Amino acid sequence: MSDAKKINNAQKMLLSGREYVGIHRIDGPLIFIRDTHPIGYRELVECVGPDGDTRMGMVLDTSHDIVVAQIFEGTSGLTMPDTKVRFRGKPLTLGVSKKMLGRVFNGMGQPIDGGPAPVGELELDINGKPINPTSREYPRDFIQTGISVIDGMNTLIRGQKLPIFSGNGLPHNELASQIARQAKIRGTSSEFAVVFVAMGVKHDVAQFFIHAFEETGVLENVALFLSLADDPSIERLITPRTALTLAEHLAFSHDMHVLVIMTDIANYCESLREISTIRGEIPSRKGYPGYLYSDLAELYERSGMLKGFKGTITQLPILTMPNDDISHPIPDLTGYITEGQIVFEREMYGRNIYPPIAGLPSLSRLMKDGIGDGMTREDHPHLASQLFAAYSYVKDVRNLASVIGEEELTPLDHQYLEFGEYFERKFVSQKQNEERTIEQTLDLGWEAVKKLPPEELHRITEEELQKYYGQ
Amino acid sequence: MKGERIIGQVRRVNGPVIIAHGITDALMLELVRVGEVRLVGEVIKLEGQNAVIQVYEDTTGLTPGENIYGSGMPLSVELGPGLIGTIYDGIQRPLEEIREISNQFIERGVVLPALNRERKWHFVPLALESGSYLDGGAVLGTVQETEGIIHKILVPPFVTGKLISIEPEGDYTVTEAVAVVESEAGRQDLFLMHKWPIRKPRPAVRRLLPTTPLITGQRVIDTLFPIAKGGTVAIPGGFGTGKTMTQHAIAKWCDAEIIVYIGCGERGNEMTDVLTEFPKLIDPRTGRSLMERTLLIANTSNMPVSAREASIYTGVSLAEYYRDQGYHVAVMADSTSRWAEALRELSGRMEEMPAEEGFPAYLPTRIAEFYERAGFMEGVAGSKGSVTIIGAVSPPGGDFSEPVTQHTKRFVRCFWGLDRQLANARHYPAISWLESYSEYLDSITPWWEEMGGANWATNRAQIMELLQKEVRLQQVVKLVGPDALPDSQRFILEVCNMFKNAFLQQNAFDKIDRYSTVEKQVKMLEVILTYWQRGADAIRRGITLVKLKRMKVLQDIVKMKFTVDNDDLGALDKLILRLERSIDQMESIYV
Repeated sequence: MSDAKKINNAQKMLLSGREYVGIHRIDGPLIFIRDTHPIGYRELVECVGPDGDTRMGMVLDTSHDIVVAQIFEGTSGLTMPDTKVRFRGKPLTLGVSKKMLGRVFNGMGQPIDGGPAPVGELELDINGKPINPTSREYPRDFIQTGISVIDGMNTLIRGQKLPIFSGNGLPHNELASQIARQAKIRGTSSEFAVVFVAMGVKHDVAQFFIHAFEETGVLENVALFLSLADDPSIERLITPRTALTLAEHLAFSHDMHVLVIMTDIANYCESLREISTIRGEIPSRKGYPGYLYSDLAELYERSGMLKGFKGTITQLPILTMPNDDISHPIPDLTGYITEGQIVFEREMYGRNIYPPIAGLPSLSRLMKDGIGDGMTREDHPHLASQLFAAYSYVKDVRNLASVIGEEELTPLDHQYLEFGEYFERKFVSQKQNEERTIEQTLDLGWEAVKKLPPEELHRITEEELQKYYGQ
Repeated sequence: MKGERIIGQVRRVNGPVIIAHGITDALMLELVRVGEVRLVGEVIKLEGQNAVIQVYEDTTGLTPGENIYGSGMPLSVELGPGLIGTIYDGIQRPLEEIREISNQFIERGVVLPALNRERKWHFVPLALESGSYLDGGAVLGTVQETEGIIHKILVPPFVTGKLISIEPEGDYTVTEAVAVVESEAGRQDLFLMHKWPIRKPRPAVRRLLPTTPLITGQRVIDTLFPIAKGGTVAIPGGFGTGKTMTQHAIAKWCDAEIIVYIGCGERGNEMTDVLTEFPKLIDPRTGRSLMERTLLIANTSNMPVSAREASIYTGVSLAEYYRDQGYHVAVMADSTSRWAEALRELSGRMEEMPAEEGFPAYLPTRIAEFYERAGFMEGVAGSKGSVTIIGAVSPPGGDFSEPVTQHTKRFVRCFWGLDRQLANARHYPAISWLESYSEYLDSITPWWEEMGGANWATNRAQIMELLQKEVRLQQVVKLVGPDALPDSQRFILEVCNMFKNAFLQQNAFDKIDRYSTVEKQVKMLEVILTYWQRGADAIRRGITLVKLKRMKVLQDIVKMKFTVDNDDLGALDKLILRLERSIDQMESIYV
């Protein structure tokens, strides 16, 4: 370490004890402090109000004259003259440990289940650091979720980030908990953990998940980070970062396979917009800040596999699309970062199909390398491709039928309608506690395809037809 | 450290943009190091005592009052042997070597030379007379960089003068002088490498007309919307429509000699995919690993946003360098929208007045500057090389009317619009045949007619016309159903359907189908047009479409892309023969 650096660090240590009484301005969750010693960007701020409670915050803008910090617990109750502020000279860190599994925390990582704070094995900067692309391992291990439409057509891979694009009132929580319950890598038994992140969701939703984890007896492998709907909205900005810091520790120091369920990303983005507006930043689409993409990427990219590490992080973010609009900036930017998406369709839900996963817009980008011979079954890639193609044609036929009437359709189109019906009712549709093996899923897929004549099956090879189609 | 030049102090930190004061002698666009952690930055605005500095690394912990150190030169890339096969970040730091220092994560303030200083290269000088006059860009000698690529050692473009001496054949590192030149500025040592500022296009003597197509092996591109070597093309598409897949397919199979792949603000795993897959794939033309012609720039979405802005220029500078050596280079920029967003973010932090959707008013200028660095050029030493730029665009909500797509369209000459409907049906590449266009068609037609037969242009026009007709017919079908159409019109639907399934759709993961040679493409088109011409004729003579569709040979035509190898074109001729015979037979029975 150079001398300059040493002096600098010693100075910071000394100054981190200095306390400033009185702040210059309070605006929403932001506080403005004048005439401080030089403060580092993104430094941790402690702020004690007249009530004596300590609140945490982070520096957003720093200069010689004025420092702007956001307070995660909110600013209500703070006064300008009596608030004391300390700058800690280091970024916000989280003490992480394996003992955090089975516990409940708030967005800052402080326990709220009545138990004592776990002793941290390591103090980590919650912002993390970008993973070097050369240290990544390309994910290709198939996760069997037991849900046909996911396993068969939008395969989840260990280390993937696969969001659920849902809408209000749709059963995304049920699906996420079913995946958490059933997900397994076949032929292996390795340690797994679930990190559950609630951002601005209702108490009931949090209860639903806790209950679901309890019921299946996995609660001691789950760490919950709850920032609920009535907590300060600003806390949501820090919640996923805290949780992902623990996830990284579990995966890369304890060799665990971590599934991170984050709900609801839409609330996170709302908070980001709130802060951005208060700071007077130039908005891009729908008032969201221009850096929404980069900010979301900071979360989503904290997943995957690393060379030389056994553990993995798989992310399952849930987001409710405002007004079911997939082109809204939140789902849109998410789709550009994540490796595919599971899209819910209200119309299917209305027809009582669970899970109501829309066949066509859903996609798993990592699927291509995780399926086929030696991983699932050799017919899987072509069968999946054929199901997509045929189902896409079904949509066209249905549109046509709604104009000219079903009677006017050609015999072939009738066959397609039959295929569509079978596909939705038997293949896609299943019970919330039903777990299908990949073989069952693929066999069901073949049953659906058999509703069509063989010369329509352009994407399936001759051998596969002989082996699975029969005759 | 001694002898460092302090140009000012940090005054304000706001994300990746900092304001410095006490500026004495900073240069515009000067490369600087900020603070005691020495973050890399660039001066982007000077105003009296103040400067705005764009920092290429995370600024957490940076404190007002910290020093800023000048380097005296603009942000530059190192050009020399050792670039190929390396993966760099947006400001040309070697990521593999960073990994050795900072493990799986990227630490800040790491200073590493882009080119390995230890490695020795075998330099073979040209027979140059001492005293001969050398222009910038002239060739001094060669180095075998990879087994397939001979790296020409160039006199830097900013040096001209008399050659004093040149070292004999032997092994040198990139920092050992191999020649001495007497220029106006005095004697100068020349090395295997030189530096070049990334924001400045490398000079060339003149632009040549792009008349040779860049063959990508992707049928919808080569046959319908071809791109010329030295051309520019944009691929816009919403998420999941296959921009990256198309870029990867082109990077793998196109006939450029060097590929520069810029992952600009995209997923980390996509770069890992390239890194794991390319070394295993074999270039069909040279028989060597694809990695031996590929350079990677990776600035993924979670890496600092300002380095994302620089990554595009870094990539294109490397491409121009190989162009000056006489190579055909293809640059994949994935995605230019992320680069534009980086511009927007930086502009916002500088509190500039925004234009459309928050983008700065200079967005179109920057886009134009970038794409204009493409071209088929003649270099100083008579070398002819090209830079082709293939830029992906990610329009929000898949809406092509947004500013980045619209401005890009003004500056590219070829447009491959990706279609959501096609992607949903898993029809890849999802390049829409209705929205896409290529302005290079006329200039490259002579090449195709020489390679693929005199009727290439007419064949292509014929199938395009059919596709246009199909759209109109489909509208009718949507209203009244296909049964209402006469057989002659339904046959158009049938042929187009066949063309889409058998020709346009291409499986990037199939061993045979992933790449089609020019000859195979020409023959496949011929097969389908034979079906069209003979079939239409047969229907006119009274044969019904139902009977026509029952022909066994049609099954084989649909699958010809999978079954007929690139070297086995006789099989396609046989298919044509069988098709003709089947129709002959039918005509003899029913007519």
